[in-house]
Order: sequence, then structure tokens, then C-alpha cells
Amino acid sequence: MQEQISALRDALTAQIGSAADLQALEDIRVAALGKKGSVSGLMKGLGGMSPEERKEMGPALNGLKTEVADALAARKDVLEDAALEARLTAERVDVTLPVMDHPAGTIHPVSQVMDEIAEIFASLGFDVAEGPDLESDFHNFTALNIPEEHPARQDHDTFYLTPDENGDRKVLRTHTSPVQIRTMLSKKPPIRIIAPGRTYRNDSDATHTPMFHQVEGLVIDRDTHLGHLKGTLEAFLKAFFEVDAVTLRLRPSYFPFTEPSMEVDVQCSFNEGSVKIGDGNDWLEILGSGMVHPNVLRACNLDPNEYQGFAFGVGIDRLAMLKYGMNDLRAFFDADLRWLKHYGFAALDLPTIAGGLSK
Amino acid sequence: MKFTLNWLKDHLETEAGLDEILSTLNSIGLEVEGVENPAEKLAPFTVAEVLEAEPHPDADKLRVCKVSTGTETLQIVCGAPNARAGIKVVLGQPGAYVPGLDVTLKKAKIRGVESNGMMCSVRELELGDEHDGIIELPEDAPVGQAFADYAKLDDPVIEIAITPNRQDCLGVHGIARDLAAAGLGTLKPLKATAVGGEYESDVTVSIDLPEGAEDACPIFIGRKFTGVKNGDSPKWLQDRLKAIGLRPISALVDVTNYISYDLGRPLHVYDANKLTGNLKARLAEAGESFLALDGKTYTAEGGETVIADDAGVQGFGGIIGGEDTGCDETTTDVILEVAYFDPKRTAITGRKHGIITDARYRFERGVDPLFVETGAEIASQMILNLCGGKPSTLFQAGVTPDWGRAVPFRASRVKTLGGVDLSADESLAILDRLGFTVIGDDPYTVEVPSWRRDVEGEADIVEEVLRIHGYDNIPSVQLPVTDHKAGTTLSPRQKRARAAKRRLAAVGLHETMTWSFMNRTLATLFGGGNDCLIVDNPVSSELDCMRPSVLPNLVEAAQRNRDRGAQGVALFEVGPVYLDDTEKGQLLVATGIRAGRFADRHWATSTRTVDVFDAKRDAMAALEAVGAPVANLQAFDEAPDYYHPGRSGTLRLGPKNVLASFGELHPKALKGLDADGPVVGFEVYLDRIPQPKKTDAARPALTVSNLQSVERDFAFLVERDTKVADLVRAVKGSDKTFITDVSVFDVYEGKGVPEGQKSIALSVLLTPTDATFADKDIEAIAGRVCAAAEKATGAVLRS
Repeated sequence: MQEQISALRDALTAQIGSAADLQALEDIRVAALGKKGSVSGLMKGLGGMSPEERKEMGPALNGLKTEVADALAARKDVLEDAALEARLTAERVDVTLPVMDHPAGTIHPVSQVMDEIAEIFASLGFDVAEGPDLESDFHNFTALNIPEEHPARQDHDTFYLTPDENGDRKVLRTHTSPVQIRTMLSKKPPIRIIAPGRTYRNDSDATHTPMFHQVEGLVIDRDTHLGHLKGTLEAFLKAFFEVDAVTLRLRPSYFPFTEPSMEVDVQCSFNEGSVKIGDGNDWLEILGSGMVHPNVLRACNLDPNEYQGFAFGVGIDRLAMLKYGMNDLRAFFDADLRWLKHYGFAALDLPTIAGGLSK
Repeated sequence: MKFTLNWLKDHLETEAGLDEILSTLNSIGLEVEGVENPAEKLAPFTVAEVLEAEPHPDADKLRVCKVSTGTETLQIVCGAPNARAGIKVVLGQPGAYVPGLDVTLKKAKIRGVESNGMMCSVRELELGDEHDGIIELPEDAPVGQAFADYAKLDDPVIEIAITPNRQDCLGVHGIARDLAAAGLGTLKPLKATAVGGEYESDVTVSIDLPEGAEDACPIFIGRKFTGVKNGDSPKWLQDRLKAIGLRPISALVDVTNYISYDLGRPLHVYDANKLTGNLKARLAEAGESFLALDGKTYTAEGGETVIADDAGVQGFGGIIGGEDTGCDETTTDVILEVAYFDPKRTAITGRKHGIITDARYRFERGVDPLFVETGAEIASQMILNLCGGKPSTLFQAGVTPDWGRAVPFRASRVKTLGGVDLSADESLAILDRLGFTVIGDDPYTVEVPSWRRDVEGEADIVEEVLRIHGYDNIPSVQLPVTDHKAGTTLSPRQKRARAAKRRLAAVGLHETMTWSFMNRTLATLFGGGNDCLIVDNPVSSELDCMRPSVLPNLVEAAQRNRDRGAQGVALFEVGPVYLDDTEKGQLLVATGIRAGRFADRHWATSTRTVDVFDAKRDAMAALEAVGAPVANLQAFDEAPDYYHPGRSGTLRLGPKNVLASFGELHPKALKGLDADGPVVGFEVYLDRIPQPKKTDAARPALTVSNLQSVERDFAFLVERDTKVADLVRAVKGSDKTFITDVSVFDVYEGKGVPEGQKSIALSVLLTPTDATFADKDIEAIAGRVCAAAEKATGAVLRS
């Protein structure tokens, strides 16, 4: 009997070891451990044995059964691993293949810069106001202390719409300053607004386009003075250009709607066609500003003895060019995909004070 | 406004150097636009003498000259007709840069003969326009001396920008006054002595202005001179005029130009012998015309201020004089005109007739109304000095206009408006230096000098004080912190614009900024072109109408990109369109297009071109981003007629409120835009989206079931023109408790589906609420789905 067990063990071990696949292994299992299997057959013989024989052969047969089962399991692992290996090998792909891009459009630099400006002024307590592009003469000129025959009107290169039957004609606003007027007429001070938007002048050459973008700033309160204007502009320019400090040079100038008026230069350096704001030995004229003219306040039904404040205006396209290095204004309006992809911003590049304005 | 440093020093006693003067000009608001010293650019040129001039062996018009530089003799080939032995010339040697030619001289062979430099003309040295020949210097010009030194060119020319309010600085004297006030020296008083008239002029002047127009020319002073000699003006005067870019004409004309720039006082001179009768300042009748000094004939529209004699109009007052009565070298008797013309009428007339002159420039900004008689005396003295002759007594019509302007001033305003701590004494001292007279105690009365008509109120006075004290002294002060609420900076409309932009960029479109105006024909093609939106003075006829839609701009832009090789283009713009010229007629629209390929060709997917559903999807993305109630929108198959009639639609909230339109562009529209198809586009009207009700930031509590939901598919046969949206709505509505989603996963027409019908496959998601579905529950729901589908659309379950 012992010899029989031993022979069976050797035979089964050899069969299991050479089983080529899982099916062959299963066949061996059934042939050995199945109801009619060779090991099961021997086990059945235990019933006819004497207690002494059974005591001897029982553990031997159980040992055989366990050994065979273990060998089957071990072989199964090996075969399964091999099968998996083979499948995985067959599944191999060329991972160097290029993948499809997620759709990715861009945000125009002017929008991005407008968002940056709004972010900075939000932190200074400003609201963003707006007004129509097609303005009345009153809002664009008269209320801003630019009467009909004022020489300043000629400097504006105004676009006019065809006059209506009453002879009135709208103008394409030449600046965003009419939003000052609209704001003061509709809201009581204190006022802190910026007004970004499209503006139009009949001018077209290398550095001028018939449409461009401006942002106007207006603060009206009881005791706002020129010092506040300077402080606000410094805070704005420092934040916008993301520098530790800016140095401003204020030069007396003239705008009909401010008195005193000033042009503001910012210290910078020019290097191989690019401008760096914040230090250097040069000055760059960057914006116009001043204290709101008493006549403008009066035109908005505000008493200049009670209220005063400042206003400023700056070109958004120009700010974008200075910060992001474009050198041709006309390209802003040309919708050339190559330009849009190069200078545009990702949809998720939302400027924030906490996260930074540019990356 | 241009002047030279020495000219300035005629009016300003100063020790300051050029740099200090320039920086002070900038700091007091007289912005320096440029400085050029002719001596610097002409430094290499020297005085030389032509010793010999022989004909060139190979060229008739050239001469071979031997030229002495003082240290050596050079051979120079010269083509000037006046090159001849014995003359003194201006010589540039190899290496010298000739500004008028923009070349640097080199040794050269000209027709085989060596030439070692160049003898220059006036134009070549940018000293004037003359180019008849090379410069001939006087015989006593020292050979070898630097030409700039010899010609006294070492006088920097300064150009400053004058803002419209600073008419007082349109004369060098005014600039000197400002610099003196800023501490740069002392203003030299004007030398004005009355000229003793020797007789009474036979020509006189009258002012004949209708009521209401008396201010057109309130005063006119004149003087006659007989026996003058109107030759060339002296060299110093010619040099000054040339330095600032004016052409010397004759002594009399040069005097008027000089005084215009020296004192900001325009004048006019008439040849007395060409006048008929007397002068009169009056308003023009329509149709009156005259030949002006610029060679053009102007015809009055009526109402212009003119100076006329008995024969007719001889000039627009304060703008331009007439050729027929102008002075030339034959003039012996002269009438000098010193008048005041009001700024408004001068501006209107000048603009109406398109005349730009130095006189108009000054009168329309307002010359000093009290500087009429003094101006006349200074001009008279200068005419006598340069041209001789006998002066008459002054004749005059009208009276000096009223001036006498005074404004109140509180010294504290320098601090409260200007932010600068400055003592009252300092403020008053500045005003005094500027010619203001301060009377009384705080609040002071400040009398404004007649040359500062721009100063009207206290704010102007503050500006004067600050300007001279220095804007650099303005401190930097932060605005006080307010209780500005976070999130209120942008209006809901602005937030929408932002959200739409970010979303459209996220789904793959590139943002553009295109003109607000376009060609009217195109505008008409896109539903616009109204008369009220035509630009009267467009920059070009391509941009003569406010746009009714952004689509044409985007289609054209896409075509430009495709012409450069782009196969697929996706662009958008969030900006205005104009229905009419009112504020409400301007709508904020998010517009986008896709053209050509939907995406680049790729191994992992098949290539396709854009279709109407891409546009619908983009429109829906924008609508969702801006908070429109997307689930409640209904798609209608009616759209503006610039879309393909069968492949376009509108998305509406209720039957009337069109929030968006979308579709394939109509082939005719594309043809009008000269663009290739296919192009699909959308327009989302951001202003029409209802404002969502203000709700708490907190969301309603989420209740979810752990029970498994079940997906059941239905394939319905419907008539071909049945709207799938109707079917989906009916199915969704058939069981509001358990049906949580319905999606369309197949649309099929063809084999197996009866002619005229289509098969729509829906996937219906069923979510149990408190117990898992039993088969009979699902059967019951399916029954309701089929019944509802049939009732709404006649759909039959496909077997």
C-alpha cells in the first residue's frame, strides 16, 4: 500500500509539474481528487481496512491528498501568472503615441488685464461701472467741461453717427470718462469706481487703432485730495506690474475735466526694446489724472464745496503691452490664432490677489 | 512750440544751464518734446575755400575742385553750378554725416576722378530748403573754422508741448515768465516805447458787427507806414525763424511771425497801396470769397469774422490774410493790424474751412486781450528798425475788452485739495511771481492776469501754486478703508461676461476683440445697417456701420486664419452689438464660431467638420456658465435668416425670450463674407437672461438613496419630423417620482425602419426611493413611458 501511495505521488507530481495549461491541470485534479479520481479511489479503500491499517494508512492517504492539492494550487498559480503575463504582453501598446489634447481655448490679454485691474481695485474698495459706447454729446463732452468750441475737442478725433431728424448726433465715446458722469448722476458719494471699456478715435497708424480700451477711475468723497490720487496710483501700478515699488513722476498737464491735472510717468528701464517698470533711469508716460473739475461736479448736480475727488484714465491695451511684451497694438484686434495662442491666457488663469495676477 | 535757448535768454535773466531749464519746463507742465543743437549735428563741417575748379574730364556738369581746408588741399568733385574758384564754402570730409542726405561721406571716385569730401548746400545741412547750389560764405569767413561756430549755430532748439489752456506760453516771453516764477531767474521786462506818429493814416478801420456778435472783434488797432523797404530781414531774425522751422519771407512778414512766437501776439500787415478804401471788421455774407495767402480761395458760408476793404473780403480775421493785399518786395506803404478775435468764432471758422495757421492757433486759445496797444507799439518799433519808413499815429476801432477777473482763494485749499502742506506766504509768493495780484486776507481775492484766461476758479489757483511749488512734493496717501462688501465689485452683467469668456475658452474657443463697426453692406446681411447706426466719418468705408452681430467679424477672422493654413478655427468674442443708437440698443452678446475641422486629425478618432450641434453645445455651455436656467430652455427651429434655414435654431425661455441663436451659417452669408464653409456659430444674449433669485449660498440638503438605480432602454419609432425634444419631455414627465434622467443614445433612419420614420433610442434612468424595484414596478413604469410617448408624439415601441 505504501508503495502504491508513493508511486501515485510520484506520478501525480510529475503530471502536475508538466501540466501545460489550466485545463490540463484541471483534468489532472479531476483524475486525482475527483469523485472517481485515483486518490479518492484509494481513500475509499480505507473503509475496508482494519483499525490498525486505517490508523497507519489514514494519515498517509490524507497526506497524499494534501500534497496533491498543494501541488495543484502551486502549479495553478504558476500557470495563471504565465497566462496573465502572456495576456499583458499581448496587450502592450505604444505609449509614445501622442494623445488627444483636451480642448483649450484662450482668454484675450485685454480681458485678462481687465480682470487683473478689477481684482486690484476690488481690494481698494472700488466697484466696476460701465456705460454705452454710443454716447450723447453731453456725457462725452459737455458735462466733462468740454464745450462745443473747446480746442480739446479737436484733439479727440471723434467718430460721429449720422445726425437724426433733430440734428442730434451720438458720438462713439472717445474715452471712458462719460461713465464718471453717469455714475455721479445716478449715485450719491462716496463713490469709488473704475470703468473699463471700448473707446474710439478716428486715428489709424502704427500705434493707433480706431478702437481701443481704456479704464477710468473715479473717487468722490468729501476730503479726497491729490495725495490720495498719488497713493492710489502707486498701489495700483505696484500691484499691476507685480513689483516691490514704483516711483512716479507727476507732471502738471491739462484735461478739461480735471483741475489740477497731471500726467503720470513711471520710472522704468528700456532694454533691447522691452520695458521694465519699477526701476531704471527712464520715465514712461502712463496715464492722465487730476482732481475732478468743479464744473464737472456741478454738471452732475454735486456741490463742489461739499464734494471733491480724483479721476484718472489709462489705456488697457498699453498696460497689457507693457506687462506682457506685445509690441504691435494692431495685432490685438486682428484675431490671428497664432497671436491669440501665444499671448492669450488659459481659461483657468483667473487672476486673484491671493493667487497672483500673472503666473 | 519751438524756441532756441538764446531766444529764451532774451526774456529770462538766468544762470541755469540747458538741463536745468529742460527739467524745470517738464516739472511746471511745459512738456519738453525734443531738444536739438544744430551745432552738434554739424560739428564735422568746416569753412573751406575753393582754390581751383576745373571741368571734369568725363562729365559736363561736374567740376574737379581743389579745396583748402586751412591745413591741406583736397580734391573734391562737385556738381553744383556755383562751384568756382575763390568762394568760401562749407566742407564735409570723409566720415562726416550729412543730415539732409542721411549719408556718411566716404572717399569716392566720381566718373573716375577721386573725391575727398563734399561741399554742402543749405538743404543738405538741414538749415533750410534751398538747394540751388552749395553754400557761399562771405569772403571774410575764416578758412578752417568749425562752421557751426562761424555761423553761431550753437543754440539748442527746444520744442515743448503746450496744453490747450496755456495760450500764454505760445510766446517765448510767457515761457520765460513761468520759468522765472519757478525760480530759474528773472523775467526781463518788455521794451515797449510808444512810437511817435508823424501823421494821421488815410486808411482807417471800423467795426461793424451785429448785436450779439460784438465780441467777435472788440478792438482793432492799426498804423500806417509809408516809404518802407521790404527786403530780406536781417540774418539774426532769419536764423531764429529758420531754427524753429519757419521760412523767412520778407522783413515785414518776418516781423509778424517773430512777434507771434516771441510774444504770442499775432499780427497782420496789408500793402496799403493794394487796399481799396478803408478796413472794416464785420461778419461775412454767404458766398463772399477771397484768395488767401496759402494760395487757396475760400468762400464764406456767412457769419465768419472777416476783415474787408471797400472791394470785399481780404481775410478771415485772426486766421489768414488775403493774397491780393499782402506785402511783397515792392511794398512801400503798409497797414499794420493788431486786433483781438474771439476764440470761439476763430475755432469755428478755422475748422469749417480747414485752415491751420499760427494766428488761428493763438486766437482760438485766446491771446492776451490787454496786450493790443503794447503789441502794436512793439511791432511798430520793429518795423521801423528793419524797414524804415514813416509811421502814422495809431488808429483804432472798438475798445479794449473787459478783463478784471478775480477769484476767491483759501490758502488751506493747497492742503485740502492738493494734499501739500504749504504756508499761505509761500502760496501767495508763487502767485505774485506768476503775475497774479492777491488782495485782502484769507479768503483772498486773487486778480487773474489778462494772459491767463484759463484760470477761472480756486482749483486753478491751487494748480498754479502746486505746479510752481512742484508736483513732486505731493505726498502719497492711501485712501481710507471702507466697508466695501466682497463680491460686489462686479455687476451681475460683468460677472456674466467673465463667466462666459472663461467657459468658452475652456471648451476650446479662442477669445478675440474685433472692431465694433463693420461694412454697412455686411451689417445689412446680418440684420443691421440702420440709418441711426451709420458712422458719419468712418476711418474707412469698411468700418462705416455699428455692428448688428459679431458673427461677420469672426467669420472673416476665421477665413484669414484658414487662408494661413489653419484647418479648424474656433473663435469667440464677448462684446457689444447695436440694435439702435440708444443705451438699451446696445446688447452684450457672447458670440462664437467654429469653422472647418472640428479638431485636428488624430489617430485615435475619426476626422469630422463642424456641425450645428457643435454650435448648440457651445451656446449651452455659455448659457450654463452664466447661470441661465438651461434645463428650462426650449429649442425652436427658427433662427435669423443668416443661418442655414434647416440647420439652425434658437434657445428660448418661454416662447418669446430668445436667449441664444445657433446654427450653420447660410451659404449666402458666407459668400457675402467671402468665406469657405462649413462655419457654425452661436450668439448668446447675456442681457436677456433673467436675474436668478438671490438665494442663500447654502445648498439644499442632499438626500440620496443607497438603492441601486436601473437603466432601461426604449427604442421608439416616430415620424421623421417629430421633435426628439417633445419625445424626451413626454418620457421625462411620465413618472416624476422614479425617472431621474432620460438620454438619447441613438437616432436611426434607414434599413429596418419604415420609410418616413426614424428610430429614437432612449435610455431611461429609474431611481428607487424606498425599496428596490420589483419586475412589476419596472413594467408599470415602462407602460407609463410608452403611453406618454405615444400620446405626445405618436411614438410606437420598436419591436
